[in-house]
Amino acid sequence: MHEGGSPDPVVMPAIKPPLWLLAELTYACPLQCAYCSNPVDFNGHGKTMDTETWLRVLRDARSMGALQLGLSGGEPLVRQDLETLVAESTKLGYYSNLITSGIGMDAARARSLKAAGLDHIQVSFQSSEANQNDEIAGMRAYAHKLDMARAVKAAGFPMVLCFVLHRDNLHRLREMLDLAIELEADYVELATTQYYGWALLNRDRLLPTLEQVREAEGVANEYQARLKGKMDIYFVVPDYYEKRPKPCMNGWGSVFLLVTPDGTALPCHAARQLPGFEFPNVQTASIKEIWQASDAFNRFRGFGWMKEPCSSCPEKEKDFGGCRCQAFQFTGDASATDPVCDKSPLRHLVDEAVSSARSTTVEKPIIFRNPKNSDRHTKKPADMASPT
Amino acid sequence: MSDASEKKIEYATDYKPLHDGPLKLARGHRIQYETVQGCDVLLYPEGVVQLSESAAMILRTVDGQKTATDIATALMAQFPEAGDISGDVKSFLEVAHARGWIA
Repeated sequence: MHEGGSPDPVVMPAIKPPLWLLAELTYACPLQCAYCSNPVDFNGHGKTMDTETWLRVLRDARSMGALQLGLSGGEPLVRQDLETLVAESTKLGYYSNLITSGIGMDAARARSLKAAGLDHIQVSFQSSEANQNDEIAGMRAYAHKLDMARAVKAAGFPMVLCFVLHRDNLHRLREMLDLAIELEADYVELATTQYYGWALLNRDRLLPTLEQVREAEGVANEYQARLKGKMDIYFVVPDYYEKRPKPCMNGWGSVFLLVTPDGTALPCHAARQLPGFEFPNVQTASIKEIWQASDAFNRFRGFGWMKEPCSSCPEKEKDFGGCRCQAFQFTGDASATDPVCDKSPLRHLVDEAVSSARSTTVEKPIIFRNPKNSDRHTKKPADMASPT
Repeated sequence: MSDASEKKIEYATDYKPLHDGPLKLARGHRIQYETVQGCDVLLYPEGVVQLSESAAMILRTVDGQKTATDIATALMAQFPEAGDISGDVKSFLEVAHARGWIA
C-alpha cells in the first residue's frame, strides 16, 4: 500500500474493524422534524427487524470489534424491547448511547435503562422556546422534554443535549446554551443541520445565512470560554460555508456501520440514495462479510476510486474527498470531489444553493417528516421542492 | 487514533491545570481491554480512544483516591527498572485532565 505508511505491500488498505455500530431500531417517531436525516422514502422500506435479529446483529458486530453502539431511529424509545437490547449490549461490552427526543421516556424508564446498563443518553431539542420547539417538532413536546432531561440526570446518566440549528432558531443560541446550563448537560452539541434526507428537501427554508453562522460562532466561542471545564460545547459549522469538505465518516467503510430498521447495512446515514449500489442486509449476510467483502463497503475505501482534483491532492488523507452522498446530491456522481471543496470545478453549485436559500422567504412551506409526506416524496425526492 | 468519533469529542477545552487532590476517571468514562484491537481503550459518550500501553497503565492506576504524586509513586514501585518516571506520568495526567478524561 502506498498511503498511510503501513508496511503491508498490498494495494488495498487493510480493513480495520468497525468501531461504531449505529442501530436505527425503527423509523417510527412521534416527532416530524423537517431536518430529519432519515431517508425521505422511509415509509416504503422493508419490515422492521424483531428483537432476536437485532440481538444477533449486536453480537456479530461486537465480535468484529465494534465498541460504540448508537441506539437511534426514528425514536428508539418506541421499541418496547429497548431494555432487552441494552442489557445485551452491556453484557457484550459496548459503550451504549441512546439517541432520543425524550418522547416515550418517563422517570421509571430512565431508571430501568440505567439498570440495564445504558451508558449515556443524548436528548435532542428543537429550540429553547416552547412554541418554536413544538412547531418544528410537529407536536407539543417541549415541556415533556424538559422533564425528561431532568429525569435523565436524576437517573445518573451523563447527558448530551443536542440542539439542531438552522435558519429559524440560530438567533436563540444564547437561550439554548442557558437552558443547557440549567439542565446541567455534560456536553452540548450545537449540530448545524446537514443537508441530507428531509433536510435536503427543506434546504431552502433551513439553510442559515453566513452572517447568522458567524454570529452564532461568536456566541458559541464566548460560552466555551466561560464554561471551560464545566460543560463542553461542540459547534458544527454548516459545511456549505467551508472551503474544505468534512472528513465524512472518517472515510467510507473506515469506522462506521449503520443498520437500518429493515436490516440494510450502510456506510453512512444517507448512502441508500446512491444509484448503482446493492446494499447488503444483515438478515442474509454476516456482519463480517458485509464489512470486509461487500462491494458496497469496499467501493470508496482507500484512495483508488478518486478522480481529480482529489487523486493528486495532498489533503486527500485528511478529508477523504469529503462526503460521497453530498457529491452525488450536487453533481449526480458519487465519486466526484465533494463540491464544498473550493478546488472542485463544481463549487458554484454549492454557492447557488446558498443564494437560493437566501432568496427563499418564510412563506415557503416546510415539509414535515411523516409517513404521508414520505409516500408523497418517495419517487424523486431531490426534485420535489414543495408538496404537490 | 484519529477516528471520527474522537474528533467529534475534541471540544474546544483548553489546558486545565492539574489539581493536587485525588484523581478519578471523568463521569461516563471507562477503560476496557479489546481483543480485536489488541489494546486498552478509553470509552466515553460517543467517543473512543485507543490507548498505548503506558497510557493505559497510568489511567488504570487512577482510582478516585490517589493523587498525581501517589500515582507516580505507585507506578515507580511497580516498575523500578523504569527509573524516575514521575515527570512523564504527571505530564500525561495533565494531558488527560485537559482532555476531560480524568477529574
